[in-house]
Amino acid sequence: MGDALNQKENQEQTFRTIEISVFRYNPYSKHSKPRFETYSLSETPSMTLYIALSKIWATMDHHVSFDFVCRAGICGSCAMVINGKPRLACKTRTEEFLDGKITLMPLPTFKHIKDLQVDTGSWMNAMSQKVESWIHTKEKTDISKIEKRVEPDVAQAVFELDRCIECGICLASCSTRIMRESFIGAVGLSRVARFAIDPHDERTDADYYELVGDDDGIFGCMSLMGCEDHCPKELPLQTKIAYMRRKLVSQAIKS
Amino acid sequence: MNKAEIYEFLTSRNKQKKKSRTPARLDAIQSATGAILALFIVFHLIFESSILLGKEAMYRLTKFFEADFIFEGGEPLIISALAFVVFVVFVLHALIAMRKFPASYREYRRYQTHRHLLVHNDTNLWFIQITTGFMMFFLGSIHLYTMMMQPSKIGPFASADRIFSDGMWPMYLMLLVSVVLHAGIGVYRLIIKWGVFDGVQPQQNRLLAKKIIKWLIVFYLALGAVSLVTYIKIGYEHQEHYGERYHKGVKE
Repeated sequence: MGDALNQKENQEQTFRTIEISVFRYNPYSKHSKPRFETYSLSETPSMTLYIALSKIWATMDHHVSFDFVCRAGICGSCAMVINGKPRLACKTRTEEFLDGKITLMPLPTFKHIKDLQVDTGSWMNAMSQKVESWIHTKEKTDISKIEKRVEPDVAQAVFELDRCIECGICLASCSTRIMRESFIGAVGLSRVARFAIDPHDERTDADYYELVGDDDGIFGCMSLMGCEDHCPKELPLQTKIAYMRRKLVSQAIKS
Repeated sequence: MNKAEIYEFLTSRNKQKKKSRTPARLDAIQSATGAILALFIVFHLIFESSILLGKEAMYRLTKFFEADFIFEGGEPLIISALAFVVFVVFVLHALIAMRKFPASYREYRRYQTHRHLLVHNDTNLWFIQITTGFMMFFLGSIHLYTMMMQPSKIGPFASADRIFSDGMWPMYLMLLVSVVLHAGIGVYRLIIKWGVFDGVQPQQNRLLAKKIIKWLIVFYLALGAVSLVTYIKIGYEHQEHYGERYHKGVKE
């Protein structure tokens, strides 16, 4: 029994200490000033930043604010800037940072709530409304009949884009969006592509042009590929943005 | 006043309540003019390097472009005309591409901080593109104006004298670096932007495109630099005879 205890203690001693610096600021408080607060903690095997932040909150600082829901890379709430890169905290292991130093910041370009919390939801909702993110069809659904056939490749391409979790990382990785806040970003453009691919949607290219055919939309994109290279769901953003660009430019030339 | 403009001014839509198609055309024209200029540079630098094969080779090529097979002794106005066409495309490209530059200190500052945080290759490449693009507003104009106004002063000695004795070599060196980087990165971004080589493996193809472009940049920078050094050397040796022209068949 004693040996087992010693062994456990020895194991714990081999864990390294990591330092996590967290951006702290409450824009709603008169007294709050932006600063970084550093927390030292013992790293456990396979520790993710979700676990690390929970540990900080539970054992060190009850005031630090951050968002999490699913802790499995599905909900997109925990997107934050980790050592400069926008990523999902729940999908990021602390062990990959060899020097054990991690700096956390909230996602830029979204409304800051407090510390690591931002409001991505309001923006995403407005984006969905702007690009009319729903199937536009005059066809009445008749559930007594078999659905129209959709080619598996087409269905797959639609499903692929449906995997977007609206985490906001594409926008936080995009220098165009950083400079020009009215730019709709990869999330908006890939959303339009999702409906443009889907045969259920009866909208034409001219209709899509009305949604994103300007410098806030497809023609604002400068192909810096921050979105493509940081998307935690590895969505095909590069190809789908190019697809929309080709579609809308040829629509404009034809009209 | 044009009513269509008023409608768009007040509603961001035309009479049919449709969005302007101009942004689409601008996007296409920016890419097209960029591609034309890049293609032009690819050949320009190769032709210019004919000096590496000797003065006679460069002289013959110059005369060929002056169409000496039609006009006896060549017609330098052809070069003027070509330079004018390139200048028009160049100005058009600059005018349209300029709208993507950071437009204020705020935009510039935000871009800089963001790219330093992000440490992302393609985002950094854009900084090279706007910097070299800005440099070429001036450098490209100097060069094209010279070519439009003094088309006859191209030749193994005339070019070397301009580069060395007229003190143009620092300008050409900066222009070389700017134009090769700008064109190379520009072509890479065109490939991504329009999905030219997406294929079934777009990510791998993007990496491949980047790798090929990188080596082309290295090749063209080296070729341009060696050519420039050769002109400087000829100009240095020829400084006592500044202004004297090279003649066909003269022994080197």
